[in-house]
Amino acid sequence: MSVASDTDSTPQRGGIMRLWYDSEARQVIIQIFTIAVIFALVGYLIHNAAANLDAIGKTLGFDFLFQPANYDINQSFLEYDSRSTNLKAAAVGLINTFLVAGLGILIATVVGFIMGVLRLSKNFLMNRLVYCYVEGLRNVPVLLWILLMHGFIVTNLPSPKQALSLNDSFFFSNRGINMPSPDPHPLFWATIIVFLLGIIGSLIFKNYAKKVQDETGKILPVLYVSLGLIIGLPLIVYFLTGMPLDWNTPAMQGFNFKGGYVVKPELIALTLALALYTSAFIAETVRAGILAVNYGQTEAASALGLRNNRTLQLVIIPQAMRVIVPPLTSQYLNLTKNSSLAIAIGYMDITATLGGITLNQTGREMECMILVMAIYLCISLAVSGFMNWYNSSIKLIER
Amino acid sequence: MKLKSILVAGAALAMTATVANAATLEDVKASGELNCIVTTGLVGFAYTDANGRWNGFDVDFCRATAAAVLGDGDKVKFVPTTGKTRFTALSSGEGDLLYRNTTVTMSRDADLKLTFLGVNYYDGQGFMVNKALGVTSAKQLNGASVCIQTGTTTELNLADYFRAQGMSYEPVPIETNEEARTNYLSGRCDVYTTDASGLAATRATFENPKDHILLPEIISKEPLGPAVRQGDDAWADATRWVLNALIEAEEYGITAANADEMAANPPNPNIARILGAEGNYGEMIGLDNQWALRAIKAGGNYGEIFDRNLGPNTEIGLERGLNALWSNGGILYAPPIR
Repeated sequence: MSVASDTDSTPQRGGIMRLWYDSEARQVIIQIFTIAVIFALVGYLIHNAAANLDAIGKTLGFDFLFQPANYDINQSFLEYDSRSTNLKAAAVGLINTFLVAGLGILIATVVGFIMGVLRLSKNFLMNRLVYCYVEGLRNVPVLLWILLMHGFIVTNLPSPKQALSLNDSFFFSNRGINMPSPDPHPLFWATIIVFLLGIIGSLIFKNYAKKVQDETGKILPVLYVSLGLIIGLPLIVYFLTGMPLDWNTPAMQGFNFKGGYVVKPELIALTLALALYTSAFIAETVRAGILAVNYGQTEAASALGLRNNRTLQLVIIPQAMRVIVPPLTSQYLNLTKNSSLAIAIGYMDITATLGGITLNQTGREMECMILVMAIYLCISLAVSGFMNWYNSSIKLIER
Repeated sequence: MKLKSILVAGAALAMTATVANAATLEDVKASGELNCIVTTGLVGFAYTDANGRWNGFDVDFCRATAAAVLGDGDKVKFVPTTGKTRFTALSSGEGDLLYRNTTVTMSRDADLKLTFLGVNYYDGQGFMVNKALGVTSAKQLNGASVCIQTGTTTELNLADYFRAQGMSYEPVPIETNEEARTNYLSGRCDVYTTDASGLAATRATFENPKDHILLPEIISKEPLGPAVRQGDDAWADATRWVLNALIEAEEYGITAANADEMAANPPNPNIARILGAEGNYGEMIGLDNQWALRAIKAGGNYGEIFDRNLGPNTEIGLERGLNALWSNGGILYAPPIR
């Protein structure tokens, strides 16, 4: 090759190299290469796991799910005993996960919103107190909060025999909170039906009030009417039918309380720790959301003559929500996944049943872990799917 | 399996796989260290003392094995595991030998792909309660809250026992013995149940051990034994015969103190075979002929290990009971080395 021809051909080198100098083709090549590497890596890992399982003579199979679990679970909303299948034990655990995640999200949202708004308070003391609350909670690992809460309940509350009692129907001890359970008579159905009718009635009234407001500008007292329909009316029916509801009060019998409902210390500790921890993050999210709304919006609302609370309700919050919801979704997902720390205090969630005892008693690590991961993935995808739908329903409609 | 063939097919791109090596004996010799799986902490069986040194009944068997295989009882790396993580630690190769008061069961042997080497402690599941409760029998435990380590055979026995007795209970699942201790002492549970030896060991760590009693009922057979991965016969042989040699040593009166002397002047052919003065028994299991001599010198024979860690003169104060030699009214019986 002569020197001259070599320098000549630089801009249009032949064959495969030419693709490399084309920026579009280069991007495609890099992407294909990256995907190939990722697939090779995943394939290698799967192959390695399969080969290792093969080497120690283990086969993959899910038959164990239909065999008796042989262990007991202390909190179950399904009919469960030690003869039930591993699948049922997993279902019990899943419901316990839903319970703690649901309660946690509810409390975290309420507390988080209140704290977020208070954090913006002009009152110095309030502002600083909430600041300490947020920083204190979110800067300590949630596992420690869970252990602390559990330890606090278990060591500081008295034994069931010396339980603190409230009106002789609620009992607080280191075995949890025992409370009366309702025992309805047949006539109680009347109250429930009226209650449901009250909800429907108040929804209808709300629509009617909106129509009246649109047409005449008159604002009807929706809140008071709804309260009357949903709470007042059923109460009247309840007393008219002669209070057809008995309470099953817990009573000390042997080692523990019998009768009524019991909320175990593990559930209380886990729910509170997860909820309060997450509420600190939500508070910051809410604060950011409110601050993200331009102050001009408030001024414009005042110029139109809206009162402060109406400004907040009609102008600030709807716009703040658009900023709040996406990070709020992440917090909900975090809380749900953090609930798997339940195992640390012996709360029987899906990780503790299927991913814990079942895994260990049957020795099916691979299968159990795949299932538990798939279940958490499904829960998280469902939560995030719902939140995405909610987000698109409140997004700014551009006209 | 259909799923597996899909997995393998999906791995077509994969390169050569690193599979857990089957030649554990060679691996241990090459690395010069024995990874021994023990419990995270149970006084008497496996625990770290104030100086951070591992001590206990199971620990001494690990050391004896290391002495036999590697020539030095201190060449052991202890892998502390919970009831839940122990088998994964063994099958993944994190440890090579499991001495973790583990009950020998059929499903663990066959389904979990373990090879049990024998039994080093015959135990049974018992219950511990606070004396103040006034309970004298496990049959009075209806409605009690019971602390139980998850992932153990005791968890399953407990469910079976209460079911058979027609009693109800609240299981309070916990991960380690230490957590059980905390929950039991704080009153979260009325009863703590595990192997009777474990209860005695745990009670010895209480501030007032005398306030707590073990109930008379023993509700299960818990033969506790060491295990290795299935499919590695050379390693299983070597480790199994170390255990047998320690039991045989007690039978023939070989102790850590007199082992050297007995090896030099064996009083009878049995002792000569154990201590390598006769035959080539060490070579048969891939070791040299002084294997058992070293194992015995590391921590004594079975009886010495028992007395030092669990016996009547320790805080735990367990009698030999079933664990006495067959010739002394127990059921401890090792096959002969010959």
